[in-house]
Amino acid sequence: MATTRGQLTGSRIRARRQEAGLRQGALAREVGISPSYLNLIEHNRRRIGGQLLGKIAAALGTDRASLAEGAEAALIGALQVAAARDAGTPAPDLDRLEEFAGRFPGWAGLIARQQDRIGAHEETIAALSDRLAHDPFLADTMHEALNTASAIRATASILARTPDLEPARRGRFHTNLFQDAQRLAETMAALVTWLNRAGDARAAGATPTDALAEFVAAHDNHFPTIEAGGDPAALVAGDPHLPDNAARALALAWLRRVAEDARALPLDRFVARGRVTGFDPAALAADFGAPLDAVLRRLGGLPAGPHWPAFGLAICDGSGTLLLRKPLPAFPLPRYGAACPLWPLFQALLRPGMPVAATIDMPEGARLVAHALCTLAAPADFGGPQRAEAVMCVRRVDAAADDGPQPVVPAGTSCRVCPRPACPARREPALI
Amino acid sequence: MATTVLLIEDEPNIKEAVSFILERDGCTVHSLADGATALAAVARHTPDVVILDIMLPGQSGLEVLRRLRADPATAGLPVLMLTAKGQARDRAEAEALGVDRFMTKPFSNREVLAAVRELAGP
Repeated sequence: MATTRGQLTGSRIRARRQEAGLRQGALAREVGISPSYLNLIEHNRRRIGGQLLGKIAAALGTDRASLAEGAEAALIGALQVAAARDAGTPAPDLDRLEEFAGRFPGWAGLIARQQDRIGAHEETIAALSDRLAHDPFLADTMHEALNTASAIRATASILARTPDLEPARRGRFHTNLFQDAQRLAETMAALVTWLNRAGDARAAGATPTDALAEFVAAHDNHFPTIEAGGDPAALVAGDPHLPDNAARALALAWLRRVAEDARALPLDRFVARGRVTGFDPAALAADFGAPLDAVLRRLGGLPAGPHWPAFGLAICDGSGTLLLRKPLPAFPLPRYGAACPLWPLFQALLRPGMPVAATIDMPEGARLVAHALCTLAAPADFGGPQRAEAVMCVRRVDAAADDGPQPVVPAGTSCRVCPRPACPARREPALI
Repeated sequence: MATTVLLIEDEPNIKEAVSFILERDGCTVHSLADGATALAAVARHTPDVVILDIMLPGQSGLEVLRRLRADPATAGLPVLMLTAKGQARDRAEAEALGVDRFMTKPFSNREVLAAVRELAGP
């Protein structure tokens, strides 16, 4: 289809209709509107959304999301999240969301950016609250400070209110007071140092995992210098998305895996065989004699190309925490809150070593094919804990395609923004 | 008869200051710095009031309280908890275990003295 990213919905409808060889009047009749109204829509002079967009998508043999993908879909997605997180009244008119985004793109963009900033601030606050509640150094330091302050207060009170205190006892309490004051000063100095360090980390605005996601997004998870045998450390050093040592360590570890995968699966040969096999992970693993998880990571690191689909990538640990995120427009990965538990990524965690393939139907109508695998890392020592890691790569397929892997899973991004009310895996009510 | 107080507190200068104000008020004070020997000390000194910190080496003040309440001989012993752990869940746990008074540090000497007098009874 001759559409481009950022093109408006009306233009996509027109292109898709022409591609299907349908006349404007025929399509208008099929979806129950006048040809002149459809003409206005196709020239982006009327906004379209809701049921009508669904009808037109069905008539054109496609899905809603493919008519509203790219930057516009991302903007609409961001506005949906903003609406979901707002409990104010009157509630935003979700039926007119696409119309709003189309007619006032500047204001819509502002809301989306502000929502992103609010999300980042909330995450920072949550991280700081968590730190205040659970940081052992802070807890110990505050306990020490309170104990010392108590001793100072009790001793000073005795000295001030006991005029007939015998000299030896008075001298002893003075000594205690001096020692406690000195101890309190040292404790508070240590606390200020800790808070300064915490403040530095906070200024970075993100957790190390978030910084890694931004680093990966900035490179679209493709690193030509690493493909060429370059030094991962040189790529990490000074990168503006990696504000501290913790983030740089994560990025360095990721790039070393990318380098290892690149050696096992050289890009040119991998792409060539991928085109022959339809980028089938199992066939590629067999072709190269490479582990399946390496193939999945490699697919998630393919550069954008005209002859193969874009692949998204998600990696989580045994707790289900996302360690690496490379989203697709049709498969956004939640930055705030937990992901949809129905993803094959999490199903793979239940069966380590067993590849999982599934077709995912997203609530907006997009269809994706997902392949996932959970691997177990051997403990470093006898009796050591076994660590699980699951990797999943996804690619979008035509919504009408019915030859993808089974089962077909009606999944979403996360419960908070998922409109499936009867989902058996729902953790919490949706806000939209 | 003098009130006997068992003070279980691992901070030496607090122990010294609280002991001083109680003794000056006429109490007999026995003190120790860990929770592990608390029950034996209670059996030995038969105090009228126990002042108990939460964060103690050996055994936490909450565990000492639980064991005191579990023993019929000491189940009714007045206990004043004096702690820097003033979080709601610590207070709730102490109250669920049957603490008589819960005071957070930094405390005032007068409040401690008044609490001990009240708990010791007439």
